[in-house]
Amino acid sequence: MDIVVCIKRVPATDTTIKLAADGKSIDTTGIQYELNPYDEFALEQALRIKEQLGGGTVTVVTIGSKDTQKELRDGLARGADKAVLLTTDQWICDGASTARALADWIKSVPCDIVLCGRQAVDSDNNQLAPNLATHLGFACVTEVNKLTLDGDTFTAERDIEGAREVLTCSTPAVLSCQKGLNEPRYPNLKGIMAAKKKPLEEAEAQLPETAMEIVSLSLPPARAAGRILGEGADAVGALIEALRNEAKVL
Amino acid sequence: MSNIIVIAEVREGALKRASLEAVTLGLELANATGGKAIAIACGHDIDAASAELAASGVQQVIAIDGDSFANYSGDGWAKAIVEQSRDLAATGYLMAHTAMGKDLLPRVAAALDASIATDVVAASYADGRFTAQKPVFAGKATMTASSKRDVFCATLRPNNYPAASGDGNAEVTKAAAPAGELLSVVKEVVASSSDRTPLQEARVVVSGGRGLKEAEHFKLVEDLAAAFGPGVAAVGASRAVVDAGWRPHREQVGQTGKVVAPPLYIAVGISGAIQHLAGMRTARTIVAINKDPDAPIFKVADYGIVGDAFEVVPALTAAIAEVVASK
Repeated sequence: MDIVVCIKRVPATDTTIKLAADGKSIDTTGIQYELNPYDEFALEQALRIKEQLGGGTVTVVTIGSKDTQKELRDGLARGADKAVLLTTDQWICDGASTARALADWIKSVPCDIVLCGRQAVDSDNNQLAPNLATHLGFACVTEVNKLTLDGDTFTAERDIEGAREVLTCSTPAVLSCQKGLNEPRYPNLKGIMAAKKKPLEEAEAQLPETAMEIVSLSLPPARAAGRILGEGADAVGALIEALRNEAKVL
Repeated sequence: MSNIIVIAEVREGALKRASLEAVTLGLELANATGGKAIAIACGHDIDAASAELAASGVQQVIAIDGDSFANYSGDGWAKAIVEQSRDLAATGYLMAHTAMGKDLLPRVAAALDASIATDVVAASYADGRFTAQKPVFAGKATMTASSKRDVFCATLRPNNYPAASGDGNAEVTKAAAPAGELLSVVKEVVASSSDRTPLQEARVVVSGGRGLKEAEHFKLVEDLAAAFGPGVAAVGASRAVVDAGWRPHREQVGQTGKVVAPPLYIAVGISGAIQHLAGMRTARTIVAINKDPDAPIFKVADYGIVGDAFEVVPALTAAIAEVVASK
């Protein structure tokens, strides 16, 4: 089977967000980037499926800046066979145009399974997999945290509010991956050396017109300073008093 | 093209409260576009939920009902919704940002070549354009964006709009669930082993962190949550204790877990890493209990107690139980 893993380069989760002067983007000065955390589960699952089947290909693809070569090389070092960088200078945060551009690219390559993270932790859209699957005519299960493949049939489990859903679908399929699905491997030295010789193709991303255009970005209001009510169990009385009469939440 | 469709979620025959919140937004938007608000529900045996929708203030309800729709199928339901709404002159589609909403609405958006905004906290319509606000970077910033497509889709974050209620009497049109192959289908829904309130719907969230020292000590947090009475409080966890395997990921609050905004959030033994704060800083009232007076959690907490969780939490549990019993 040919597996495509969609990844994204995002600011590290411990980044303090500051706004840029244009009021529409973030100040990227000094920001450290990393592979989107959920995409690690997608890549790991792709490698496991390939190992289970004893063959096939794993291609990592992204739409992003030239700097995303680093995250793609990391994917190759973990075991992917090939990487594709669809370049753009835009911040990729518009769900509709991103899904369309990725769908158009996926249609141009052999592909049985698409894996991606449940959401990128910058734009927090959580919509790519079902949008992409609809364009491709593929089956789709989202936020998967348990997955088995038997022949060409997946059994996937996911958490919903207060319960778990067990779903089945067949390839071709798009699956979005949730934390808990697997324990991602990290690249070893051999993998890192091998990655240098693996193909990393670049082409300009063919993005359709943005569907949701950014008007502004803003920072949430700072919380007013709270107060320490005291030390130890003796302070519990004061807390109950404050919750009842001041915050009125009891 | 001025009508607003609200896709309602029915689980076990019951209409989700978050769908009625989406109805509230749908009525607002329809008022601005000069169109109608129309609710569509999918499932099997959904008469009671359809009746509730008919009373909610919408002008029309379409119930797509059939054996084959007894279990959720993202592709099957999306196709049926797109087909049923083809002649309804819809310019907006709304759904709650739930497990189902996140899965279903992007399919509808793709089929209609629509714009989509997810996890929206506010939306409006003016000068021929929809504008939506949504948290990005796990709530460290808010994005305002406007739609440039003919059709706009949005999933609405629960607990942001009041639930619609009323004595409306909209017509309910029944449509048969279409036959045809379903690509993905739910085979089984397994109720969660606990009967606790889902994290994002709870009025109180009590979260524990590494300060509890061992997985077994989470009993303190569970007891405190239980003291609020049935159906009120949910248990949350920091990333550190989820990664340590003490708690399941579904309880994780923060950037790679859930974002919660309950009226009351109690953090026990959580230092307050920036990723955790992103997941709970919009709670209305925050209480922190921590041994370290310099822990960052105290910077966002309204009320703090410096002290040993093993001493403070049982005392707080007893005090809360007393308050609840006296009501």
